[in-house]
Amino acid sequence: MQHDTKPALRVDDVSHAFGSVQALEDVSLTVARGEFVALLGVNGAGKSTLFSLITRLYDNISGSIEVCGHDVRREPGPALARMGVVFQSRSLDMSLTIRQNLRYHAALHGIGRREAIERGDRVLERVGLIDKGGSKVATLSGGQVRRAEIARALMHDPTLLLLDEATVGLDVRSRTDVVDTVRALADSGEVGVLWATHLFDEVRPADPVVLLHKGEVLAQGSAGEIAGDVPLSDRFLALTGVDGREIAA
Amino acid sequence: MMVPDRLGWSGRLVALSGIVWREAIRFTQQRERFLSALVRPLVWLFIFAAGFRSVLGLSIIPPYETYVLYQEYIAPGLIAMIQLFNGMQSSLSMVYDRETGAMRTLLVSPYPRWFVLSAKLIAGVAVSILQVYAFLLIAWFWDIRPPPIGYLTLLPALILSGMMLGSIGLLLSSTIRQLENFAGVMNFVIFPMFFASSALYPLWRIQESSELLYDICWFNPFTYAVELIRFALYGQVNWMAAGVVIAVTAAFLGAAIYAYDPSKGLVGRKRGSSPT
Repeated sequence: MQHDTKPALRVDDVSHAFGSVQALEDVSLTVARGEFVALLGVNGAGKSTLFSLITRLYDNISGSIEVCGHDVRREPGPALARMGVVFQSRSLDMSLTIRQNLRYHAALHGIGRREAIERGDRVLERVGLIDKGGSKVATLSGGQVRRAEIARALMHDPTLLLLDEATVGLDVRSRTDVVDTVRALADSGEVGVLWATHLFDEVRPADPVVLLHKGEVLAQGSAGEIAGDVPLSDRFLALTGVDGREIAA
Repeated sequence: MMVPDRLGWSGRLVALSGIVWREAIRFTQQRERFLSALVRPLVWLFIFAAGFRSVLGLSIIPPYETYVLYQEYIAPGLIAMIQLFNGMQSSLSMVYDRETGAMRTLLVSPYPRWFVLSAKLIAGVAVSILQVYAFLLIAWFWDIRPPPIGYLTLLPALILSGMMLGSIGLLLSSTIRQLENFAGVMNFVIFPMFFASSALYPLWRIQESSELLYDICWFNPFTYAVELIRFALYGQVNWMAAGVVIAVTAAFLGAAIYAYDPSKGLVGRKRGSSPT
């Protein structure tokens, strides 16, 4: 089983353009299993484009993207089967209950009804929503919806978890809940997490960080190494020259 | 890792049943959608057909073996209309899903995109078939009474015509970027398709008044969906109609799958389809 030793995600020299607009340029990064990697960048840095390429919404024409050793272009099925995604825009069906949403998602991954019920309870327990399983999504708070989306992304036991600005629009308490939930998942060693955000306070000094700006990787390493003796946000401003208000939490 | 086991055909069947299940749940929750799908053809049947009954004389044309009342003539057209609206409504929901992000849930499924889109299409057809039989039940009390076997032989025709109209909707959904543009589809697709067909009047009648209109109706795939349904409702097969419906389905479904393929089609190239 050589694929089982490969990193959860490997992005190699990926570029992408929309017409004449270069959205990504030679982006490379790796997420190991059990690792929480922060993809930091302001709005428009190219984070969502990268996510769209990893999830095959867009086709990667240059470079390569591998999930657990499966190239998303050549073997999209096995690659997508090992990937759980929480998109920036909310994508649960508001008219269904959480459990119905989970069952639908499980079916899309070939998991039958009975197994979906068992898995559903397990993932809801994990994100602290076990008592809300029968509630319609429309009745939940923003933080609960996000955690429900994380539960959904975990339904098929992915090795890679992608989260695109998962805490946007949440209050401080809900943000902390969501971040803690995801960190606990990475700490369990089962999944590698790629956490895209523009909120610098969500990153800890020991976290591996990829700084993305205008489609290019400006710096890579642990947050502490990149920041040096100044706060990470100050270092980012110095590297990019962007307005400090853009990264305000 | 159990993952690869789920990627086979048994997993695909689970995915298909899940997609149909979700569509059915949404359908039962949207009572107004069900009602409007039912009321629309009934209004045509109760009012339009009654008003035109005396105006439009019909000769005996296959599959009818005797003179039929106008309401009986337009019933197959109204059945096809139910499926036409349903097909367009499914594509409307796909545009909506794309705007809200729910579409991504579908597209990150590990199964091939052609399979996922076909499953979505089948789910829509299943819902349209429920609508058609509900319509026929009410129409029975209005003296639309095809032979009992017709209710059975209608089913395969409904599957074929539903697939054709759904695949046209699917292709449209890949080319429409915003929901607001959808009103245009109603005006430029649904109404012309319905009126320029054999749904409301036989083709020979149209030919009497306008050769050009006759040609348009003759080339309109909706005409063949109507005729396929008309013959099936009387236990007969219109092979030409069946052939055209299958060919048009293949063409439009193929084009829709192409449009949704990230490496070839249009959807993935559009910047507007995703926030960056």
